[in-house]
Amino acid sequence: MEIPYTVEARPDTGLNNGKLGIWLFLASEVMLFGALFASYVMLRVGAPEWPRGATYLNIPLATLNTVILISSSVTMVLAWASLVKGDFGRFRLFLGVTILCGLGFLVIKYFEYEAKFHHGYFPATNTFLAIYFTLTGLHGLHVIGGMAVNSYLWGPGSALWKTDRAHFTNRVENAGLFWHLVDLVWIFLFPVLYLL
Amino acid sequence: MSDAHDPKDVHGGGHSHADVDRHVRAALFVFGSLLVLTSFTVAAYFLHLPLRLAIALALVIATAKGTLVAAWFMHLVSEKKMIYWMLGLTAVLFLPLLLLPTLTILDRVRLH
Repeated sequence: MEIPYTVEARPDTGLNNGKLGIWLFLASEVMLFGALFASYVMLRVGAPEWPRGATYLNIPLATLNTVILISSSVTMVLAWASLVKGDFGRFRLFLGVTILCGLGFLVIKYFEYEAKFHHGYFPATNTFLAIYFTLTGLHGLHVIGGMAVNSYLWGPGSALWKTDRAHFTNRVENAGLFWHLVDLVWIFLFPVLYLL
Repeated sequence: MSDAHDPKDVHGGGHSHADVDRHVRAALFVFGSLLVLTSFTVAAYFLHLPLRLAIALALVIATAKGTLVAAWFMHLVSEKKMIYWMLGLTAVLFLPLLLLPTLTILDRVRLH
């Protein structure tokens, strides 16, 4: 038996099931990161003193990471657009670049963390570093998760293109929505942690 | 109940080639805008503004960038009402989530 409404919209919601499902999931992710941002606000305004981000953090590297994630969001859109136009080759190219951008982001994050540990800065060092590592660590895990899904769609998951193009295109669109949310979270994390 | 669609048809989501071309052009414009706004964010840091102004400016720019990503990359400009309702409910719940913890320590609030 086939799962219904993977492509056609349900008459009651006006959406296919995958899109409704991913947006519900993204709403939960907003609450997850929202709770951590709320913690950041509470910790900062309640603290007797609070360091500026530049005291501990590398702004040029984080700026580069911002550009990398923004670029990866564009290539994700281009990957989906290629599928809608029936161009599987360009889809693989653009999704491949998206995955590589994610990898680039994580490599830079590794160097950032490694530099901090080398200087003796750990989550337990002070409150600022605790919330910094928590926020960026959780965000990094989401980057890894997004890369895992995108790698599946680039690799074995792309077999669906041969049998059901619209369904596969929708899967890529939904994966893209998650990836854009990861970018969106970083758009707020970067100035809040590094520049303020 | 199964879908009655042609597996070779990619337009199940209702996107024509012309729609997609428009979408791609918009996405590239948004990309450029995001890069410009990112440079504004970093440039504002070097202005060494008073903290309250720096926070306000950073959040305004971040919100502008986030709106562009949500509207164009995540297709919210042309989404269905159900999604708008869901996100509206999320926003209604998000604001108290963001503010309530700080309200409990309002007597000790200081901006650093």
